[in-house]
Amino acid sequence: MAHVTDPATAEPALTARPENRVWKKFRSHRSAMLGGILVLFFVLIAVLAPVLPIPDPTATDWGAVRQAPSLAHPMGTDEIGRDVMSRLIWGARASLMAGVLSVLIALGIGVPLGIAAGYFGGWTDSIISRCTEALLAAPFLILAIALAAFLGPSLGNAMIAIGLSATPIFIRLTRGQVISVAAEDYVESANAIGLPTMKILTRYIFPNVLPPVLVQATLTVATAIIAEASLSFLGLGQQPPAPSWGSMLNTAKNFLNQAPWMALWPGIAIFLVVLGFNLLGDGLRDALDPRET
Amino acid sequence: MLAFIGRRILVAIPTIVLISIFVFSLQQLLPGDPILAMAGEERDPETIEYLREKYGFNDPIPVQYVKWVSGVLQGDLGISLRSNQPVTELLLQKLPVTIQLAVMAMIFAIAIGVPMGIVSAVKKGTVLDYAANLIALSGLSIPNFWLGIMLILLVSVKWGLLPASGYVSPAEDFGRSITTMLMPAFVLGTALAATLMRHTRSAMLGVLKSDYVRTARAKGLNERRVILKHAFRNALVPIVTLMALLFGELIAGAVLTEQIFTIPGFGKLVVDAVFNRDYAVVQGIVLCTAVGFIIMNLLADAAYFALNPRLRKQ
Repeated sequence: MAHVTDPATAEPALTARPENRVWKKFRSHRSAMLGGILVLFFVLIAVLAPVLPIPDPTATDWGAVRQAPSLAHPMGTDEIGRDVMSRLIWGARASLMAGVLSVLIALGIGVPLGIAAGYFGGWTDSIISRCTEALLAAPFLILAIALAAFLGPSLGNAMIAIGLSATPIFIRLTRGQVISVAAEDYVESANAIGLPTMKILTRYIFPNVLPPVLVQATLTVATAIIAEASLSFLGLGQQPPAPSWGSMLNTAKNFLNQAPWMALWPGIAIFLVVLGFNLLGDGLRDALDPRET
Repeated sequence: MLAFIGRRILVAIPTIVLISIFVFSLQQLLPGDPILAMAGEERDPETIEYLREKYGFNDPIPVQYVKWVSGVLQGDLGISLRSNQPVTELLLQKLPVTIQLAVMAMIFAIAIGVPMGIVSAVKKGTVLDYAANLIALSGLSIPNFWLGIMLILLVSVKWGLLPASGYVSPAEDFGRSITTMLMPAFVLGTALAATLMRHTRSAMLGVLKSDYVRTARAKGLNERRVILKHAFRNALVPIVTLMALLFGELIAGAVLTEQIFTIPGFGKLVVDAVFNRDYAVVQGIVLCTAVGFIIMNLLADAAYFALNPRLRKQ
């Protein structure tokens, strides 16, 4: 049996564990590490926002309206004298939360449905797959805008709208993975020795479906952050005065002539964090792909 | 070929039915009673009853759905609450504007993405390849509405080269129509160029490894001819199908691009409709884009079939 190892050979067996191999490959992937660092940086400033020595992001100062970047306000101030850097840092919370939570919603609904469709086949599969195709036919952002419009504008509803719009991607991906995993010998053996379906699904199917889903989830966080910024930019996401990068850009576009810095920083922030997630996702894909060495 | 396309159309029908159910049920998500909103401040019970009867809200939901679908099948998507115009008429008015934007964006995307993809595949592993990949990844990561804002700031506000917004119909003044659309089309095109570059690269990498490319080289053909005639032509098949599939991204991107550059197209229509709570218009747009996407998918399949002689023989 594979898991009964001789103590003498335990050491090399351990280093060959897939997790270690993946971590090693990931570490040597320079662009993926850069992505990881970018993401970590934004997560840190989002988490630390309340303790950082920065002004209140909603505090207005009519004596310092639309001031260019200076020592007191390193990224300038906005149209009602709020500190742009402080709003940017607090806005990171809205953006990251929206990105991660909406993907969690998509995962929470998409993965179980995908497993059900792939494993049970037949009618279950037909119904789930047809619905997935129908939802995939509507462009992602149009679907999210329509859902957000019907649910009403708020950050929470924007997350739900983005999450639901991203769900079909995960249903389809999971279904495909389950179908290929379920055909493997070890699943057939588990079936043959009479293990309950639930156990087969959680012990054998789910862990093997996870890696590609994880890669897709990372890349979808990037898409979701842009989607949240887009919805907030249109006024369908975060509502004022709470800061979000998209809503900051929305106001900034009215002051392009007088205060171009208002538009510059939120865009750079979105770009960097999305680039981070994209690099991370690409790196994870390479690291988890057993074919690539 | 015909049998193949016929089968695909049959498969598309249940999908379209499901989309219509979905679009219809969006209305049920609405918080509150749309009739109460329409009836105005007084909420006269008689008016409410009249409106309920007029818009068929007294019917059971399945009956409402059947009535709505039979209207849709006759090209009736309802009336815009805002402008009192039929939704179909509104859509047909705005569509040519968005098509012009989409076509110009696609030209930008092809002109940037395809050559970059070819070069990075041929020069795989070199600085050129890394640079092309980095540019593509950046293109995917830049929110394109922000790129639009920055271009307006630079090209229109600072340099005064191109108009910052607006739309001129090509029938009115072709030259000005193209120049006003140049910047929005570039913004929309860059996002697609990135996707196109990545796919061109991987398609080319696959083809460059194949036997016939090796044979072509062994024959002593010059490298240019091998790459463009032998390799690229074969790599073109997946690229062309991808272009049809990018349709969805194009329409979604147009929403924000049109918003930034105040272009009176499809995307501007949907955003205005959202803010005016003009739900019939929102429903009409979701339905139309979804059906449009399915048609593009069918065309992609047909193109795949037509471009790949091996499939035709089977």
